[in-house]
Amino acid sequence: MTVSATATAEVLPIEAPAAEQARAIRDSRPLRLITCGSVDDGKSTLIGRLLWDTKAVKEDQAATLHRDSGKQNDLGLPDFALLLDGLQAEREQGITIDVAYRYFSTDRRSFIVADTPGHEQYTRNMATGASTADLAVLLVDARAGILEQTRRHATIASLMGIRQFVLAVNKIDLTNYERARFLEIVHDFKEFALTLGVTQITAIPMSALKGENVVYDGRASMPWYDGPTLVETLEKATTRSNQTVGFRLPVQRVSRPGESFRGYQGTVAGGSVKPGDSVVVLPSGMVANVTKIVTFDLVRNAAVAGDAITLVLDRQVDVSRGDMIVAIDSQPMTGRGFDAQIVALQPEGIEPGKRYWLKSGSRRQRVLIEPVSQLDLKTSKWSTAERLGMNAIGKVHLAFDEQAIFDTYEQNRTTGAFILIDPDTNNTVAGGMITGRRSELGGIHKDDQRVLLSLPADLAEKIMASELFASRRQDVDIRHTTAGRAAEILGDLDE
Amino acid sequence: MSDIRNEAEAKQNATPKPPLDPHLKALENEAIHIFREVAAEFERPVMLYSIGKDSSVLLHLARKAFYPGRVPFPLLHVNTGWKFAEMIAFRDNIVKEYDLDLIEHINPRGAAENVTPFTHGSALYTDIMKTESLRQALDAGKYDAAFGGARRDEEASRAKERIYSFRTPDHRWDPRNQRPELWNIYNGMIRQGESVRAFPLSNWTEVDIWRYIQAEDIPIVPLYFAKKRPFVERDGMMIMAEDPRLELLPGEVRQEGVIRFRTLGCFPLTGAIRSNATTLDDIIAELETATVSERQGRAIDRDQSGSMEKKKREGYF
Ligand SMILES: Nc1nc2c(ncn2[C@@H]2O[C@H](COP(=O)(O)OP(=O)(O)O)[C@@H](O)[C@H]2O)c(=O)[nH]1
Ligand SMILES: [Mg+2]
Repeated sequence: MTVSATATAEVLPIEAPAAEQARAIRDSRPLRLITCGSVDDGKSTLIGRLLWDTKAVKEDQAATLHRDSGKQNDLGLPDFALLLDGLQAEREQGITIDVAYRYFSTDRRSFIVADTPGHEQYTRNMATGASTADLAVLLVDARAGILEQTRRHATIASLMGIRQFVLAVNKIDLTNYERARFLEIVHDFKEFALTLGVTQITAIPMSALKGENVVYDGRASMPWYDGPTLVETLEKATTRSNQTVGFRLPVQRVSRPGESFRGYQGTVAGGSVKPGDSVVVLPSGMVANVTKIVTFDLVRNAAVAGDAITLVLDRQVDVSRGDMIVAIDSQPMTGRGFDAQIVALQPEGIEPGKRYWLKSGSRRQRVLIEPVSQLDLKTSKWSTAERLGMNAIGKVHLAFDEQAIFDTYEQNRTTGAFILIDPDTNNTVAGGMITGRRSELGGIHKDDQRVLLSLPADLAEKIMASELFASRRQDVDIRHTTAGRAAEILGDLDE
Repeated sequence: MSDIRNEAEAKQNATPKPPLDPHLKALENEAIHIFREVAAEFERPVMLYSIGKDSSVLLHLARKAFYPGRVPFPLLHVNTGWKFAEMIAFRDNIVKEYDLDLIEHINPRGAAENVTPFTHGSALYTDIMKTESLRQALDAGKYDAAFGGARRDEEASRAKERIYSFRTPDHRWDPRNQRPELWNIYNGMIRQGESVRAFPLSNWTEVDIWRYIQAEDIPIVPLYFAKKRPFVERDGMMIMAEDPRLELLPGEVRQEGVIRFRTLGCFPLTGAIRSNATTLDDIIAELETATVSERQGRAIDRDQSGSMEKKKREGYF
């Protein structure tokens, strides 16, 4: 059935009894998805239509929509994009500037959908939406086909670990529902997607505006298409989790309400844990056993990825915020050099030799970024690069002052992800995904002459901030410790 | 807490509590993560507490997040002097029962200049007694982070807001230049005088809130449950008529009817709905077939599209 031109906000009788329906929806976590693609391809209209046809738009909101739509289009339908473009500047300019999160459900499942902006200028907001999504709906205007911005968004979505794509060939109504045109675009996209390693693609011819193949099928105008509608595809998609990998608990805070209790609070970022498990605290490497998993409701006998818990260990170990408690038999990588892919999100780009803050989980540390190469979106090739401009996708080396702890992003979407913060502006300037550890510190040879200095931390910080130091960072080995321990170590050398 | 909990509900909860379903569990986990992150990263956090259902859920999550410790920050109630009497009674009870630190702030200028919703109109009143008042309270406490119970499904500009929403020293929100917020990695770096508003309930919907209240047996103000109450009809809203300061206008009559509230705020600006929902089950069933949004009962949101964004830019929560 297709939606008629006289869509209103009337509430249709619900088919399943309310209680049963609610139960089905809540049996799983909500599916998180984004819409992406070039400007004006119909992203906001599509989500507006999804909300409308799943009855997520209430009467008063519909009345506001009708009022704000002003002169309606030829079809007499309201401007569904106004349900999403909630900022004044967006409504004035008729574009999407920032990501909007909306919520809807069908009788099978609930969804969190992020509507992202198409303009290249606002790529950072698209990346924000993509980072948490399980699935991407990539829109293409059937008349225009695949554009550079379509490729950029597909690339970022795939870098950020999205494996399920819906290719929505939209505005098919404006091509006379032409099957050949649809197949041509699908062919073009599949060819491009191969270079990204994306293979799970459902292609759907669609009219977001008229609601064809969104919630209701478009058979009346496209008898040649017998595939699923968008909603059918979304209902079958899978949500990802980090449950099958090693146990990871990035420590957010230490809870010490009294002398007798010390618990480590955080959200399990991978695997599972139960009392009796042996764990290692990183970076210190100390070993302990789990005695209890404490939550408000009860003492639990297990916790899995995603659970916010308080962990109690069997012995006094030194654990603080930013440390990671991990499974003893499946540890993450530690080291001071890593490789990563990043997306530069701000006009200043990413400067080589600048010391940024890197935040991953609850850990924040200084890092030096060395750009290696940049992706050319036109040719899909990587070419060497010394700095990365705004919206660039690049491969970089990360050099840390102190031990860093990561999994690859491929293995763990939480412990493999990070953001970069510019210490001058405090703004988030890049999102990054770890691809591996750098095996050797460049330049260090066994017999080269070395000097050990023991400095007050503040002086060391100043020296490390200098240009010269930064340029030779790869040659330096640094440990933080107490004055007493430093004296001991130097003493050992003197003997 | 029996005096502030609906009786029907108390009966319903006599059986032991089953575990949360995966949907609510995911929302709870996310909120607890945000609470802990803010508490660890900021020097002076505070939690905005408005006594409504979202605040009740927010408070419950805060207690869970820091258990077995105490909630490590104070609650701030920006009072206008025009709240429902039952709200204030409920608040005082909760603060005592849960051993919380509560700070109450009323804009002194409002009292001095006799600013009321009747004399100054809802827009100016809200501006002075809520927005300006909130800024005063946050400045006075030098808070660098303030938790709020706002949800993205409430309103179109909220749908655009980050979980850590950055504010300038004069509390302004710049919706065009929000920091990117990737994964669950929050950037809490700010300069002196700047602050963030943190929204642990960003991804919750109204139904989620009610289902969580039911699943977790969270006490809420009885005004949410239907009961025979006095009211007058004004500007198309049913306004509760129990406070002696409410003067009847020509043509208005005091009526009685079975009504309840979907949101709670200042009684002269909050419209009731006709409803027979006396239990949480009833409320949830009513909501699942509701045809209007919860904001409809609020006078301050009805001025124009984009009015919430304007207020937020000026420092409203
Ligand atoms: N004819 C037709 N117009 C559409 C369709 N989808 C979107 N549009 C129109 O395309 C324009 C841009 O849509 P919008 O949703 O703002 O695009 P966005 O920039 O991708 O969010 C609007 O005028 C829509 O009404 C469609 O399926 N058919
Ligand atoms: Mg848009």
